[in-house]
Amino acid sequence: MSGRDHVLSSIRRSLGVTGREAPRRKAVADRIAGHPRGVVPARGQIAAAERLTLFARMMEAASGSVARIADRADVPVAVAEFLRQHNLPPAIRRGEDARLVSMPWERAGTLEVTTGASDGTQLASVSHASGGVAETGTLILVSGPDNPTTLNFLPDNHIVVLDAKDVAGDYETIWQRLRERFGAGIMPRTVNMITGPSRSADIEQTLILGAHGPRRLHVILVGEAG
Amino acid sequence: MSNATSPQFKDNARAALADPDLQNALKFVELNFASRRREAVDKLPEFDELRDSSRDIKDHTLAHLDLYLEEYEARVNAAGGHVHYATNAEEACRIILDLCRKLGAKTVTKGKSMVGEEIGINDFLEANGVTPVETDLGEYIIQLRHEMPSHIIAPAVHLTKAQVEADFRRVHTQLPRDRNLVDPASLLSEARGVLREKFLAADVGITGANFLVAETGTSIIVTNEGNGDLTQTLPRAHIVLASIEKLVPTLDDLAQLLRVLARSATGQEMSVYTTLSTGPRRPGDPDGPLDYHVVLLDNGRSAMLGGEFQDMLRCIRCGACMNHCPVYHAVGGHAYGWVYPGPMGAVLTPSLIGIDKAGDLPNASTFCGRCEEVCPVRIPLPGMMRSWREREFERHLSPATMRAGLAFWAFFAKRPWLYGLATGLAARALAYLGRTHGRFTWLPLASGWTRRRDLPAPQGATFQAQWKARKAGR
Repeated sequence: MSGRDHVLSSIRRSLGVTGREAPRRKAVADRIAGHPRGVVPARGQIAAAERLTLFARMMEAASGSVARIADRADVPVAVAEFLRQHNLPPAIRRGEDARLVSMPWERAGTLEVTTGASDGTQLASVSHASGGVAETGTLILVSGPDNPTTLNFLPDNHIVVLDAKDVAGDYETIWQRLRERFGAGIMPRTVNMITGPSRSADIEQTLILGAHGPRRLHVILVGEAG
Repeated sequence: MSNATSPQFKDNARAALADPDLQNALKFVELNFASRRREAVDKLPEFDELRDSSRDIKDHTLAHLDLYLEEYEARVNAAGGHVHYATNAEEACRIILDLCRKLGAKTVTKGKSMVGEEIGINDFLEANGVTPVETDLGEYIIQLRHEMPSHIIAPAVHLTKAQVEADFRRVHTQLPRDRNLVDPASLLSEARGVLREKFLAADVGITGANFLVAETGTSIIVTNEGNGDLTQTLPRAHIVLASIEKLVPTLDDLAQLLRVLARSATGQEMSVYTTLSTGPRRPGDPDGPLDYHVVLLDNGRSAMLGGEFQDMLRCIRCGACMNHCPVYHAVGGHAYGWVYPGPMGAVLTPSLIGIDKAGDLPNASTFCGRCEEVCPVRIPLPGMMRSWREREFERHLSPATMRAGLAFWAFFAKRPWLYGLATGLAARALAYLGRTHGRFTWLPLASGWTRRRDLPAPQGATFQAQWKARKAGR
């Protein structure tokens, strides 16, 4: 008997089932197809403008920083400004995300822009978030040809551009968007939910920022609540 | 499992109580974890409702586990991944080694995985020519010391920073001797530098999983350091090692559990990195693993279904029970002798390695009930510890003196009039003998108590006699 048969038959023996019972199969199929929402905290169920404020407040509580700008054309300047503030060299690496590509990077002066995945030698990266969750100040980043996952983890400074219209109140709204974008039951290789810069409290439970991932996480929140 | 020292719990506990470094390190557990959890819980009015919801999701999944596993497997396959089933630790180790050999792997980086500890994967790989490198800071430290984790979410919680500094100086001999390692930040920074090279050189990355989602064939890891993500993103292959009860039906169910996990564990609203992984790198992706394998471990869990200890399979490994346990606070995690310490370990360990080996664990409880009060999936831990005690007694595994004592007590307890008479006489005799000092510094058969503190002499009649008198007076 294969390991698979062994495990499944052992489960069925313990539960006293065969695996062919129609009501059990229906219960499972219905739950997956219907994916019922459970308890959704009231905290995030607020008007769009308040959602943005809540997102920023929660992200800052998790030691991330947030800059709000009105126009996406100002993103390159905001990126350069962040680098200057922290005495970092004017260089970033980003993916080929169309929203990032279309930005006027020449406006950021001497900023050196390279593209592609990170090999660990870059000090700063720029990603475009697919969404945000106000409830906990969480960024949602989705991997794909134009969005390398390594940019989220290897550089010391991670700058994330987030569209105001993509900020949801809760995780459930994000799942629904993923289902609509990729199809029911289908996911991209990686969905990163990121809430603040990397940290560890493994030595005497003293919290220190900058474990294996970025030491700084900076969100550039673009636009107003639509 | 051969390395379990659970049968020597009492000796372990005695040694732990006498270890000044350990006692120093343990001071902070209750202080930090418990108060941070309280703060996070107080900020979320729906927390208790979410606990009910989480419990119900886990119960529903366990009752349909065979079918959800089939759904999950089909989704993993559709995404280009592979699922392997292992009935026990040996099979799981063998599957992982075979995968490593096929991939020609020399070094393997690892995210923190309690299931990995359970099957002893590190020792097995090392014995077979593959070098495993733990990348979670706490796990890295204990790997340097050849120790087991002493806490399921803070593996090195039993160590002081001075001990960590000594270990780093012993092992990182390539670094300057006169470097400053006084504060934890410099220790973290050194580990980051050393491990960064390992991440980039590894051939295979092994992570655990906090959850598996049947709807999408997705594995989820929840971390703060980002080591799990580097582990699974940089090498050629990602192997997920997870036990079968990690399954949840849908992404919406996942959201319920995520809302209770971090708050119960570290008191964070959300851990820094919650990562959902489905299959290998897609066409056109510039990074990510080319191969994605999931090894599903049973190792005794399927036998727990439908029985007295099924509820234990709801556990999401947050560690809240041990963070709130007076026994854990006193002796730390290593005394429990195996991978899972504290109240959850006291229930789970006997199920997995046998009550004959782990009989002392369910007895290491004051039955204060705090573990059940804080459990995010409402596992009736004290009740299940009581069940294990009963089984231990029924199987005649408890010591002869204890059995004789219980039989002696039961003789009286079953005869209330005799019990009242005997305790009344005993109370009067003790009151008389202790009349001068009001306490005993030594008493036959009570040395276990009097060795560390005095036993107060009874004052007046027994509780039952006083109760009777009070009721009659009303």
